[in-house]
Amino acid sequence: MSAPNKSFDPKQVSALNADSVDEMVAGALLAFSAAVDLDSLKVARLEHFGDRSPIALANREIGALPPAAKAEVGKRIGEAKARIKDVLELREIELTQIRDNEVLLSEKVDVSVPVDRVKRGARHPLTTLMERLSDVFIAMGYEIAEGPELELEWANFDALNFPKDHPARLMQDTFFVESPDSGVVLRTHTSPIQVRAMLERDLPIYVVAPGRVFRTDELDATHTPVFHQIEGLAVDLGLTMADLRGTLNHLAHVMFGPEIDIRWRPSFFPFTEPSAEVDLRCFVCLGNSNTTECRACGGEGWIEWGGCGMVNPKVLRAVGIDPEVYSGFAFGMGIERTLMFRSGVADMRDMVEGDIRFTAAFGMEA
Amino acid sequence: MKLPISWIKEFAPVQASAREIAEALINAGLEVEGIETLGAGVTGTLVIGRVLEIEELTEFKKPIRWCQVDLGTQIRGIVCGATNFAVGDFVVVAEPGVTLPGDFTITSRETYGHVSDGMICSEREMGLGQDHAGIMILEGVTPGQNANELLGIGEEILDIAVTPDRGYALSIRGVAREVATAFEVEFRDPAISWSPDLVAPSIGFEPHDCVIDDFSACELLTLRTIHGFNPDAPTPRYMVARLQACGIRSISLAVDITNYVMMELGQPTHAFDLAKLNGPLRVRRASPGEKLETLDHVVRNLSPLDSVIADSSGPIGLAGTMGGLTTEIDEFTTGIALEAAFFPASTVAGNSRRHKISSEASRRFERGIDREIAPIASARACALLIEHGGGSYAGMCAVESPMSDNVIEFDLELPTRTAGMVIDHETVIDKLEAIGANYARTDSQFIAVTPPSWRPDLTQPADLVEEVVRLVGYEKLPSTLPTAPAGRGLTQEQRLRRRIGNLLAGRGMHEIRAYPFIGATDFDAMRFPANDSRRKSPTLVNPLSELAPQMRSTLLPGMLSIAMRNVGRGENDLALFELGSVFLGEAASGGFDPGVETRPTELIWKQMQSALPTQPEHLGVVMSGALESAGVWGSPRIATWRDSIDAVLVVANELGVNVEVRTGSDPSFHPGRCAEMVLADTLKVVGFAGELHPTVVEHWNLPKRSCAAEVDLSALLKAAVTSATAPVFSNSPVAKEDLAFVVDRACPVAEVQACIRAAGGELLESVRLFDVYEGDQIPPSHKSLAFALRFRGEGQTLSPQELQNLRTQIVTAVAEQVGGTLR
Repeated sequence: MSAPNKSFDPKQVSALNADSVDEMVAGALLAFSAAVDLDSLKVARLEHFGDRSPIALANREIGALPPAAKAEVGKRIGEAKARIKDVLELREIELTQIRDNEVLLSEKVDVSVPVDRVKRGARHPLTTLMERLSDVFIAMGYEIAEGPELELEWANFDALNFPKDHPARLMQDTFFVESPDSGVVLRTHTSPIQVRAMLERDLPIYVVAPGRVFRTDELDATHTPVFHQIEGLAVDLGLTMADLRGTLNHLAHVMFGPEIDIRWRPSFFPFTEPSAEVDLRCFVCLGNSNTTECRACGGEGWIEWGGCGMVNPKVLRAVGIDPEVYSGFAFGMGIERTLMFRSGVADMRDMVEGDIRFTAAFGMEA
Repeated sequence: MKLPISWIKEFAPVQASAREIAEALINAGLEVEGIETLGAGVTGTLVIGRVLEIEELTEFKKPIRWCQVDLGTQIRGIVCGATNFAVGDFVVVAEPGVTLPGDFTITSRETYGHVSDGMICSEREMGLGQDHAGIMILEGVTPGQNANELLGIGEEILDIAVTPDRGYALSIRGVAREVATAFEVEFRDPAISWSPDLVAPSIGFEPHDCVIDDFSACELLTLRTIHGFNPDAPTPRYMVARLQACGIRSISLAVDITNYVMMELGQPTHAFDLAKLNGPLRVRRASPGEKLETLDHVVRNLSPLDSVIADSSGPIGLAGTMGGLTTEIDEFTTGIALEAAFFPASTVAGNSRRHKISSEASRRFERGIDREIAPIASARACALLIEHGGGSYAGMCAVESPMSDNVIEFDLELPTRTAGMVIDHETVIDKLEAIGANYARTDSQFIAVTPPSWRPDLTQPADLVEEVVRLVGYEKLPSTLPTAPAGRGLTQEQRLRRRIGNLLAGRGMHEIRAYPFIGATDFDAMRFPANDSRRKSPTLVNPLSELAPQMRSTLLPGMLSIAMRNVGRGENDLALFELGSVFLGEAASGGFDPGVETRPTELIWKQMQSALPTQPEHLGVVMSGALESAGVWGSPRIATWRDSIDAVLVVANELGVNVEVRTGSDPSFHPGRCAEMVLADTLKVVGFAGELHPTVVEHWNLPKRSCAAEVDLSALLKAAVTSATAPVFSNSPVAKEDLAFVVDRACPVAEVQACIRAAGGELLESVRLFDVYEGDQIPPSHKSLAFALRFRGEGQTLSPQELQNLRTQIVTAVAEQVGGTLR
């Protein structure tokens, strides 16, 4: 690079005379105007205004000039550079506008053509509905309990206060497993998970248990031999029916909306005492329908949802919990039934057959 | 159970409408399934007519009768197509102007050459039942009588489902009590109005004898004897109408009366033909080898567990369940032995289950009847028999065991503690009295409660709490939220299961949930050899289908059936997955029963569990047709073996589990396109993936070259990382090198790659296959595998010499270990 020209060098640098500087400017301006797009302007810029361009090289020579000449030449080069820069910038703006207004427009595509090269998948709505229901309880501090589908008759019936030969036991339409005295059944409800939870967990217990259950019904529009339930169980000091009611009200509000309350009707389940059927205020007509027109409730204003009650002291004793000290509540709902009225599924077979047009309609969330 | 409102109101005199009564019963815990109106759709008055003349009109294709019917005030000519009646019969006539169900208004009209001036009706035409065999013939009526009243037309009927604890509600008496309580009116208990001494025995007759041999089979047995009964006596009309309203067909006077009393009081009774009894009637257990032909003409082999009614000839009835054929009353019966007993619920339930009989009687005994009502019900029945069938009462023979005391110590604070709202002591006692309980005060807070005899379901304080709270009203309960302790959220397995579902669905797959039943046809279709352990899965005693009596040991058959259904419905492009249990091995026999009085010990609980077959969770994948369909982007991408393997690998990646792919072999898969999925750490085989065997594909009618995978998800979940360790990596420049090796065609890529990786050591950052070539450029039966390698030094740039050394190490190793030569 150039060093200060301390000892005077008489040699004139031709590049610095006025004519050559004008030539450089003219050359640059010509090249810039000849550039047709931003890419060719970039090439022209490197050639005429880059680090190795004539004007840049000329600029470096200034340092070699005698002090007397420096001012004049410096001024000349400076003006030339400014002129080139101005024109370059103008041209850049021009060409950018051209690109934006013409070139990009000419590249327009139809974004509405299909892009779904990979098909859209879906989860089964029974699975996602069980997850959603579970999550309401997870948020309250409950945990998810699990149990096997082939279950001990003792856990499915005896421990739940279904005496042998009792009509309640016979009403459950049980699948028995070979040999007939194996003591193993396909669980008829998720309630044996209560028994397992109480045997295997420490008190207090707050669990929900979604799962698949089995009864010997023939498949039709409203029955399926393989279906799903979600079970809830809380065992703690001082739990009351009011606590159970509040818990189910909360579930109803979260799943169906703040105005959807529940109603109880006395009922019977061997493993709860007192027991109740749980109805949900019809979320379609809100119970205001005066006719039988409402598709969801048929004008009743309420939809049957599930069963609940306070854990029968006999059940607590069978798992070694002192009913004089602890009390508990339990509840259960059918998932298929919930999906039917929540999503307007008219035929239960749709949930069973695995037709992907059914799952596709739900996508990733029920 | 169907109950006419008018019958209920006889004992619970309320003004309420049927709908109001239904509401009250629902709130009391009885499930009202509907309210029906008998003869709904009949408007106007039907009248009784007597057939005076019948002229058979023979010129038509079917028999037609031209009848003259006396309606008391006038005679009408009516054309009728039925032929089951004769001159002198009493029939029901709809006169012109009357409308029958179906909005069918009767008019005078000319038909079959006569002006028919009304209609003679069948049961079904009046909306009374399904009987359309002929027109309805009545007895004991007079022409011109209002038939609506006789037939109960317009009567409202409640249809009630009774839960197993409420045996008492299987009677008018039980339901009327609930109605009276709900509406706070007097309950006229028919069990008090019908005293057991209603009929006085005639002098000179002895009652037939009865004995209880086994008091565990029968706690109370009564037998009343009637002589000189008229077997031809008709059942009174009101009784037929009421039974009909309850859905019970009229059979004969004696049978109708036993049914009527059972409906009224809830006590089943049985009428034996006295002439057919041999010696005293006794209740005992059956002896081995004994047989009994029951009223349904089935010969039953009795078990020593069965409780039977017997005489000296052997068993003559299955106690509380069904009578026997040999002692059945018939059209010649003049002597009746009327049995009414209390059979414990469990003995009748056992009879009913062992012989698969569910009768009106067994349903009531199983649910528990009133221990005290048998003599009352039998007195009532006897009185009715003599009133309508004549005869003389010869007295009663009765045996009973002492009644056990059922006294419940009850804390008056318990309802408040259980309900979570204040229910004062006075209210508690009020409600207990309302259900018929007696009590004695032991101190200010405790009472000793004796439940009424018709409530055998009330055995512990919690049962009484339910009665109190339901009568106070469940709708009064407040709503509070308990505070659960801080929870731990989902377990890792639960979280990962959800993630796998989302992952696969996000990759375009559909989740299915197939039935878990399977059978030999499926195993055959899957090409499982005879000794394949998957053929031995738990078997159901009572499967839905004989074709699928076992629990699935593999997910694939169920999934393939669902794939086939989709293909059949026009969807060939399928990517399905299922997460579900499979069932391996068989259930151990002889379940261990620890009882329910105390908690089973840890050891016993463990032993009990060992009876259960293993039930691991599997992941199944089935892919058919195109994964990416044809579109503006070009041709479709058909699912291949690669995609089914990758489905497993992405799941493994999601779990942080290192799964290796090895050449595998499974009978359901293409022998050359089957991968074995192996846990890298333990070398445990967790499943298979690849292209299905063509025979399997054909069996399920799927598109050619359909693919599948099935892995043990439980094993993968168990191997999932619980917390990942952060890697240490260098930022020095990367050196890239491509190497192609010629190897034998049979040599798996995975082996070559493993060899390169081992030889490259830690400085080899990654190795990736990018091309496979077979052809003229290389020797036959060989293939060229081109790998892209990336090396990186630890903290410094690798020198050319270091790179050269690494390269030599790798080439040597490949040559020595898999016989590959650098191309």
